[in-house]
Amino acid sequence: MTAYAREFKRMAARYTSDLRHRGLIQRALKGYETKRDEYKGRYQNWSEARQAASEIKWEAINHLDRHLAEFITKIEARGTRVFVAGTGAQARDYIVGVAKQNRVRSIIKSKSMTAEEIGLNEALEHAGCTVFESDLGEFIVQLRREKPYHLVFPAMHLTRDEISRLFHDELGSEPTDSPEELTMIARRVMRKNYCAADMGISGANFAVAETGMISITENEGNARLSTSLPKIHIALVGIEKIVPRLEDLALFLPMLATAGAGQPLTCYNTLYGGPRQPGECDGPEQFHVVLLDNRRTELLADPEQRDALHCIRCGACLNVCPIFRNVGGHAYGTTYQGPIGSVITPHLRGLQDWKHLSASSSLCGACTEACPVGIDLHHHLLQNRRNAARERPSLSEKILYAGFVFIMRHPVLYRLSTRLAPVFFPLHRLVKGTFFDPLRAWTQTRDLPVPARQSFHAYWNDKMSNRKARHGGN
Amino acid sequence: MKVSLFIPCFVDQFYPQVGVSMAQVLERLGCEVDYPPGQTCCGQPPFNSGYWNEARAVAGHSLKTFAKSEIIVSASGSCGTMMKVFYPELFKDTEQEFEARKIAPKVHEFSEFLVNILGVRDVGAKFSGTATFHDGCHGLRELGIKREPRELLKHVRGLELVEMAEAETCCGFGGTFSVKFPSISTAMGEVKCDSIAETRAEYVISNDSSCLMQIQGLLDRRGQKARCLHLAEILAQT
Ligand code: SF4
Repeated sequence: MTAYAREFKRMAARYTSDLRHRGLIQRALKGYETKRDEYKGRYQNWSEARQAASEIKWEAINHLDRHLAEFITKIEARGTRVFVAGTGAQARDYIVGVAKQNRVRSIIKSKSMTAEEIGLNEALEHAGCTVFESDLGEFIVQLRREKPYHLVFPAMHLTRDEISRLFHDELGSEPTDSPEELTMIARRVMRKNYCAADMGISGANFAVAETGMISITENEGNARLSTSLPKIHIALVGIEKIVPRLEDLALFLPMLATAGAGQPLTCYNTLYGGPRQPGECDGPEQFHVVLLDNRRTELLADPEQRDALHCIRCGACLNVCPIFRNVGGHAYGTTYQGPIGSVITPHLRGLQDWKHLSASSSLCGACTEACPVGIDLHHHLLQNRRNAARERPSLSEKILYAGFVFIMRHPVLYRLSTRLAPVFFPLHRLVKGTFFDPLRAWTQTRDLPVPARQSFHAYWNDKMSNRKARHGGN
Repeated sequence: MKVSLFIPCFVDQFYPQVGVSMAQVLERLGCEVDYPPGQTCCGQPPFNSGYWNEARAVAGHSLKTFAKSEIIVSASGSCGTMMKVFYPELFKDTEQEFEARKIAPKVHEFSEFLVNILGVRDVGAKFSGTATFHDGCHGLRELGIKREPRELLKHVRGLELVEMAEAETCCGFGGTFSVKFPSISTAMGEVKCDSIAETRAEYVISNDSSCLMQIQGLLDRRGQKARCLHLAEILAQT
């Protein structure tokens, strides 16, 4: 077991035993489910919308080279500087370079999981810049020096009371349990940060090839301020964010909001196509788009799991995942939590180090059912398991399954084993739940079924010989 | 109609009454039931753990065992899914791909077979009590079975069906997952058991014995009174 796997198990045990935490997350996500279903109901046909979304993304990803080239040409034509970063380090270096060249000291950032992925804040802070998060949830986890808990709801694990105490300790505000007041406290701090910032950094939800624009979805208006007030705007965009046409957003913008947050549409949806143009009175003087690969092209080269690049990071798969709902977002130890994280992290950060996330699933398929772009998530977990075992099988499992195969291919041995089970079962009582119990992983929390005295095949044999005897006697 | 029973290994060992009940119901409905004697396991444990060579070795044995069957009815939605959905995938580009593809459409889960193939809804069963139904994930999401077991239960005289809020939520079993990550598996099961408790049902019914093993194991440990029964056990009561 790798250190990452051990840590995951430790965290999972900790969070699953925290009933308060589990209750909090389950309740929050139940509320989301109700809303999501309400707005899904407004679609004439949700499953057709999903099908269409998946086809558009298929087109985008399977012709990524063409769409990217078009996107770059179009957006550069309006004076945007585009940098294509092969790795996270290249992207960090470029952004730090721009900051240094322009003597940037203070940076305001809107929410970006891609920035989390490459550890951008740390790199900028290391270079002497101060980075302020402007998304309320991100602002809160930044104050707590924590990683985002959920890719869409970074601070969903905190109660109002905890946030009030945090603000009191960190910002010196009076305790309050009014959400409006808490927001106003954060807002006062943020307004100052916006005005002082020399640079704004954002992610992007979509990159439209046809028009050379990025699209950002948000509820707080913070991304609009972060990207328009400072004189430099840098957008960090994963190459998979491409959609071919502007009209595709008519499908994706509401879908992202409904699937991910249970909203009909988010409050603000903005398109950015370049820096301030001649004759315009506002907007940044410089606009940089950093297109990030960071092993996405390796995933692109895998025909089986290429569709994982269709992901629009809506978070729906996390919201419905019973694993996520019980262990929470911090147990994963990854940038991307939940099912999509378990699928792609092994590709982005190494299969052997992160295969335990693919193993840690009951393969229930709730994620696949929820995913608006139809990614075959739970089957990809199975494929990751297969790839991991093929590449580096575990000795104990090899031995275990060799025995298993031998017995299961020989019905006589199999029958013998079913006869032995009732004999060994009473002996098991002696060690049940103790350190010597081979079935301890089960018996610590659950009772075992009692092996039947007569197995089904024994019953059937009896039944058949009785039937024969009767017919013979007639 | 000639029907072969597929009684997965753990049902054979722990829940033979499920197989007995299935045979009774099917025979009552006029099927000619047989039980291919060499059957053991569908190969799901090594398959789900990623050991596909080993899974093929076990699954290959199943392919041979059921080669002559015309219709295969499974006592477990999960093991049925293994044969129906995953065998073609498992044997892709191997010599046995043809057999795997041939067997897949012949495999049916019990309730789906009764409702969609035999076209029965009322099997003439009587059972008194209140029950809630748990949808096994494989049956629900891989095979699309949701309506069928409920149709059958609706027609059982004396039975009151109360839906639980978390009917479609995974029970946390997941095969080897349950022992590889026991704390998560147990937490998931607890959510299920809480939802069962809310309904105050006396019985938990499912078309998958593997889920019921997890649920009953937890109910017992938590001192909850509800009893788990396979759908076939209810339908066999007259
Ligand atoms: S995998 Fe699908 S459900 Fe999960 S975040 Fe991505 S788009 Fe949303």
